[in-house]
Parts: sequence; structure tokens; C-alpha cells
Amino acid sequence: MTREGAAFEAGCVEAAPLLDVEGLSVRFGVTEAVSKIDLTLSPGQTLAIVGESGSGKSVTALAIMGLTPFADGHIAEGAIRFRTRDEGVIDLATLPEPKLRRIRGSEIAMIFQEPMTALNPVFTIADQITETILEHQGGSAREARAEALRLLKKVRLPDAEAMLDRYPHQLSGGMRQRVVIAMALSCRPRLLIADEPTTALDVTVQAQIMALLAELKEETGAAIIFITHDMGLVAETADDVVVLYEGKKVEEGRIDRLFATPSHPYTRMLLDAVPRLGEFNDTALPYRQPVTIMERGVARQVGETQVQDTVDRAAPLLVADKLTARFAVKHNVIGRATHLVHAAEGVSFAIHPGETLALVGESGSGKSTIGRAIQQLVRPTSGEISFDGQAYGAMTDSTRRALKRDVHSIFQDPLASLNPRRTVGDSIAEPIRIHGLLQGDAAILDRVQGLMAEVGLVPDHHNLYPHQFSGGQRQRICIARALAAEARLIVADEAVSALDVSIQAQIVQLLMRLQAEQGLSYLFISHDMAVVEKMAHRVAVMYLGQIVEIGPRQAVIGAPRHPYTQRLLASVPVPDPARRTTRSSDASEVPSAMRRVGDPPVQVQLVEVAPDHFVAGA
Amino acid sequence: MTDISVPVVPTVASKRGVFVQLMRRPTSGVAIIILLVLVSFAVFAPWIAPFDPSRASVGPRLGGPDATHLFGTDLHGRDVFSRVVWGARYSLPVGLATLLLGLVAGGALGVALGYIGGRFDAVGARVVDVLLGFPAIVMAILVVSVLGVGLVKVVIAVAIADIPKFARVIRGATIVAKQNLFVESAVAMGARSSRVMFLHVLPTIMPTVILLGTLNLGGAILSTATLSFLGLGTQPPTPEWGTMLNDGRDYIRYAPWMMIAPGLALFLAIISVNLIGDRLSEIMDPRSRGRE
Repeated sequence: MTREGAAFEAGCVEAAPLLDVEGLSVRFGVTEAVSKIDLTLSPGQTLAIVGESGSGKSVTALAIMGLTPFADGHIAEGAIRFRTRDEGVIDLATLPEPKLRRIRGSEIAMIFQEPMTALNPVFTIADQITETILEHQGGSAREARAEALRLLKKVRLPDAEAMLDRYPHQLSGGMRQRVVIAMALSCRPRLLIADEPTTALDVTVQAQIMALLAELKEETGAAIIFITHDMGLVAETADDVVVLYEGKKVEEGRIDRLFATPSHPYTRMLLDAVPRLGEFNDTALPYRQPVTIMERGVARQVGETQVQDTVDRAAPLLVADKLTARFAVKHNVIGRATHLVHAAEGVSFAIHPGETLALVGESGSGKSTIGRAIQQLVRPTSGEISFDGQAYGAMTDSTRRALKRDVHSIFQDPLASLNPRRTVGDSIAEPIRIHGLLQGDAAILDRVQGLMAEVGLVPDHHNLYPHQFSGGQRQRICIARALAAEARLIVADEAVSALDVSIQAQIVQLLMRLQAEQGLSYLFISHDMAVVEKMAHRVAVMYLGQIVEIGPRQAVIGAPRHPYTQRLLASVPVPDPARRTTRSSDASEVPSAMRRVGDPPVQVQLVEVAPDHFVAGA
Repeated sequence: MTDISVPVVPTVASKRGVFVQLMRRPTSGVAIIILLVLVSFAVFAPWIAPFDPSRASVGPRLGGPDATHLFGTDLHGRDVFSRVVWGARYSLPVGLATLLLGLVAGGALGVALGYIGGRFDAVGARVVDVLLGFPAIVMAILVVSVLGVGLVKVVIAVAIADIPKFARVIRGATIVAKQNLFVESAVAMGARSSRVMFLHVLPTIMPTVILLGTLNLGGAILSTATLSFLGLGTQPPTPEWGTMLNDGRDYIRYAPWMMIAPGLALFLAIISVNLIGDRLSEIMDPRSRGRE
């Protein structure tokens, strides 16, 4: 649908909205998760509900689906008027559960964030799809199976016939999400609610799914409520946007108007925080900028603009030389390995003091394995890593243990990497105690409090537990722990990927400030090109366990040579509705890194195409 | 230098003691009161019991309950209530000692198997599985028949019989705990195995251990009482609850109070311990704190 077409349609069907939510409030116990929200949605329209964690966007979706009682909440007030196919307008807020169940699936369908949890692992794909078809439409099992096949083809699942008899775990994440969409479409819903449908997927797969949703909307004419925290995706798909903040609607409007002239400070902050690919690519070195933060509804700017000229080119801090890691995944009857996952194959790179090297790739590309090898959590099959000129293999056990102080990891999930039974002060002090850096509890506490202040936490909170902090604060705790170890290299494995964009911007700024102040080096493992561009001095792109392109940030992101790098960059959503491009929905899958024993992959050869810029194959 | 201050997520961090939290729930509160009564029986037996538990003919033979003899009298005219009160002195500490012995030995084995893993675990876990195949009480009888009859020997026998059960559960909990990311990050920071085990793994499995302990304290009291009931533990005239049940067996049709009274004491001790165990494992988890 063209932009004008959408505007025209939205204009003329205003009189008969498909969904009209008025003054909706949802409570969980005494807390009000959503208060007095109004929404209207016309047939065939895409409405994006945007907000960060805790803004009430998912709760709104649950309320429309009538699922709040299952989450221990209830609709306190308001009406959810939905125009059904043949019963006229009904209020979903007051509808009894049996009737709601009929609406769910046949009129309104939902796509969840994690496709694995939405599918039952013990049934085949055909079983799950035919079940909904038989439930709502009746007919014979044979007809239902034919219909299931048609739906799988409709969601462009390759080899649909064979997929019918597979189990969910045999499918990749993207394929599973296609199945979930097929199930949602099985009863020709008039409203599709997609709650973060691509958050758990890789960027290239995300682009595929978003393109698919857009095409299906064209074909079926269903209206879509699209719930997300990603402004880039909003810009690419939505007609209208509603911004939620702390359970309240703070702004709504047509997409172009909202992106061009956001009126509420929160919307402005949200748009500011979105990393835009290409935005930071005008300079050779990355630079940090002030970030906007919201405090009790008031926005203010913190930090300063500073070029990140921190790299010391003299001697590398860490060198990986032809690093190879393989894991046996399948065994024959007598326990001999028959299949290996080639997580890393001949990976070589160097990190200099004060440098950020980004390792980019999608799930299964082996980027985390490399981080774990550097952290001595996996032993490489072959190849060598050396730190400060000393090879790991040549070190004594005690040197290798002492090295764990210099190299520190920050993980994607900060809550899981902190012991829930220990106070955050104890967690931060852990490396100090392990390596005996300071003596005496008073001195350690003093240091811990200093570090907490350093990373932007309240020092007096040292005796609280991790669950009492928010996601961003927990990541700050993990950073403080790395500083406590006086680490020289920090392996940040998707360290900001799970955070809200505004928090993400703050953490990135913190990491960059610490780099400038303390000369830290980072191995920044990520799938998010926009964040990588903001932080990294050099970028390495990994594909199936091998580096296919490595070079300075400006070269790799600005002038990518390898087709995979180009595809990765093209998949990043552009947070600008004026630059909306139509993507074609291909369904290509990344091949597996699992191979038979005795059939190793071909080692790609890197060729220097520009100073310091190496590309595979060429 | 603070550039960003962010407010802490407000949570109701409860600083109340464990005891207060136990008392706030009706079930665990009542259980605590019952257990306190039984414990006070054990501690203050000479003052609470109206008669000497071993003195014969303080009342009629096989006399029914009345105002002087609350639970009636037995074959030798001994006061059953006094014997139940004194019996707490034997049954409760014996059960507790048995449990602790079994839990420490089984727990150490379980943590070692789970944490070290590899071939050691593969062999050890299979041996434990084989031992689990024997019914615990049969194992205990076997051990007593080797060690000989007596209270201390019963304690050792039941503890040994319980080791495979504890080892198995704690091994499983250890393997799960080991997979936590914070265990991996401690390893990545260079922590030694002993530190990781005591600081990270052990506290994580503590709720399991405590639950296992309290749920089995009832079982341990029961097992030791059972062995006494079978005549392998304390010998008459010691007023142990299991022995008393054995004494009353022949007269169950004429003097049921001889079995009902010690049986009731056993039942109350076991159920109250179990209820407290359930609640305790909830309180032990800091993430559920403040949730009522």
C-alpha cells in the first residue's frame, strides 16, 4: 500500500473503526499497569504501540485479547469495542470467557515474541496448525491438512510439504516464527496483534519476517497492532504510532508527523536514543555524544561530545592467531563423534590497547565462542591466543589464572551473571577478593563504593540484591565488577542487546567514557550494526565461524565489500519513515555450521582491498 | 564522578526475621507452635510429666484416659502421657541426629559428584542409583544387623541408608546450579573451585538442601521409630515413641490409647516439621522476599 493510499483509507473509514479502545485501565493487584488509554484502529491499518519495558504496551495487547486474567490482572475500567464480522460491535472488556475464546483466533490473532514457547514441542507443525483450523472452521482432517500446507506456502516457508511433519525444535527461529504467523492466519483474522515478533530473531531474519508481515497485510487486508520498542521497525511498517510511557499514552499521530515533529519530551528522547546506521560514520574515529535521559518526566542531557581517540597502535594487547574451535555434536553407537560444529575456523585478529574491536555476526556465527576462548572458558581445538605478547599455551597455570583478572566478561543477561543471593557490593568485590587486590573489609567497601559512583550508581546501595535493580543498573554493576578487577580487556558479549534503547545509549556512553579515562580495550560482540558503528574502532564480520571482512569502522560499514556484510547492513531498520524501502521477502536460511567429521569447511583467504581492510575471497 | 543517577526499582526488602515470617502464615505458624510444644516436652520432661515414666503401678493396669492419666495407663500401670512427654527426649534428637549425619555425608557426596562431573560422576552416580534400588528401611535393617542393636547404631544405620537419596537429589541440584551464568563468570574471574563451590554453588542449592532436610526430618524420626518398633533400637522400658507403639501393639483392641498417644505425637512432629520445611524453602529465596 502506498503512503497516500493508507492515508486515504484511514481518512474515509474513520467513521467505522475496527477497534475502539476507550479509557482502558488494567490493574495487577494495586499497581495500575495501564491507565486510561484510548486507541482507534481502522480496518487494514497498522498501528504501532511503542514504549520501553514496563510502559504497559504488552499489557494493552493482553487486554485486547482478553488474556489479562491469565496474567493475574484485570481490566479496571474502560471499553474495548471491536467490530466483529457478523455480530456487530461488541465490548471485549465485558465479554464472558467462552465468547472471547471464539473471537480469539477467528477474529483476533496474536503473534508472540518467542516462537518456541508459542509452539507445543511434542506436536508436529501439521498437528498444531490443523488443530486451530478444525476448532474454528470444522471440516475433515484431510481438508485441514491441505489448508495448513497452503498457509505454510503463504508464509513462504521453503519446502512446506516436508515442514508439515517436522517438530518445532527441528526448525530455526525464523522458520518457527513463520509457522506461528501461519497459525495466526489460519482463521483469517481481521486483527493481528504482533508483540515484539522479531526481537528474538537475527537482523536478517527480522527483515524477512517484517517483509512477510507487510505482504500478508496487503493480501489479507487484516489490521495489525504492532508492539515494539524498536523505532527503526516502527518507521518501516506503521501507519500510526502510539507512544506509551509508564502506562500512559503520551503521544499519538501519523508516522511521518511523529518522526518529523515529536511533541512530547519522551518521544523526542526515544527518537534521540535510536542508533541510526550511518549517523556516526562521517569520521574515522568513533565519538560519543550527550544522551538524553528522562527523570520523573523531565528530559535532560548528560555527557559531552568527545572523539574516541584512545587507540595505542604500538603493540597489540591481544592477538588471536588462526583460532579454531570445534565441538562434537553427534556421536555414533560406540561414542565416536560423527558431526562437528565448526564454531570458529582459523580466526585471526588483534586488539590494541584502548581499542574497541566489534565482532559482528548472527546466532551460530561463532562470535561468542571466540569471546569464551579469550576468557579461557573453552579450549580452542587449534590456534593460539596471546595476551601482551605471551601465548596462552606457554603460560603456567598461575599466570593463566592471574590473566583472568586482565580479561573480564560482561554478558547479555546481567541478572543471570550476578549471584542472586549475594549483595551487589559482594559481587563487585569478588575479583578484588579472588585476586587479593586489597586487604581489609573497610578498604574493599571503600573501593566498591567508589566504583559504584564511577559507573553511575548510588554507592549506598551496595547492600541491596541484584533483583532490586533495573536492567540497565544491573549492567552497570557488571561493569563496576570489571573495573574492580582492573581489567584491561573487556569481552562484552551482546552486553547492550537486551536493554531498552535509551538505557542502551547510556551504557554505550559509559563504556566509551571509561575507555577514554582508563584506556580499556573492548571486544564488543554484537549483532547490532548501528550500535557497533557508534562504538567500534574496527569491525570484524563473522559468518559460519570465519571472519569474512575486517577493517576500520568507516571502511566496513561505509564501503562493505563482502556480500554478507552488505546483507547484514541492509537488514538494519532505518528509523526514518521518509526513507522507507520495500523489501522483498526472501526466505533464505543461513546454512548450519555443523559438518561431518572429515569434511572441514574451506578456509577463506582474506585479501587486503584498502589499507587495513581485509575481505574474504575477493 | 556521577553523570547519571537512576532511581532504584522500589522493592519491599523485608528485613524481618525468618521466625516472624514463619509465624505470619497460619499453617507454618501452627506447625511452629506444635513443634515448640514437643520440643518443650523434651527439654522440660521432668517438670511437665506428672509421673515417673518408668515407674510401674502409678495407676490401674490398661486404665483408660481420665483426669489423672490423660492418655491412660499401660500394661504395667505406667502413665502413658508421661511416657509420651519423656519419649520426645529420645525420638526428636535421634531423628535430628540421623538426618544431619545423612545429609552432611550425602550432601558432600552429591556436591562432589555434581561439581567435578566427568568419569568420577558417571561411576559414582551409577553406584548411587544401584543403592537407591534397595528400600531404605531394608538397608537400615541390614546395617543394624551388621552393627548390632542399639540407639546409636540405629542412628548410623538410618543415616547410611539415606545417603544415596540425599546424594542423588543434591547432585542434580548442583549440576543445575553449576550452569548458572554467575558460576561461569566466577570461573572466568579466576575463582578457585573451592570458592565457587562454597560461595556460589552451595548457597544456590541451600533451599533444596533445607527442603530436603526438613522433608526428611519427619522421615528420619519415622525410620528410627520404625526400627525401635521392630525391636532393633531402644529397648523397653525406654519411653521412645516407636518402642511404645510396639508395646501397645498386642493391646490395640483393649487399650488403643497405648498406640494412639505415641502415634499422635509422631504424626504431629512429622507434619509440623514438613510444613515448616515448605515455608522455609520459600523464605530462603531472596527473589520471593516480600511476596506474601
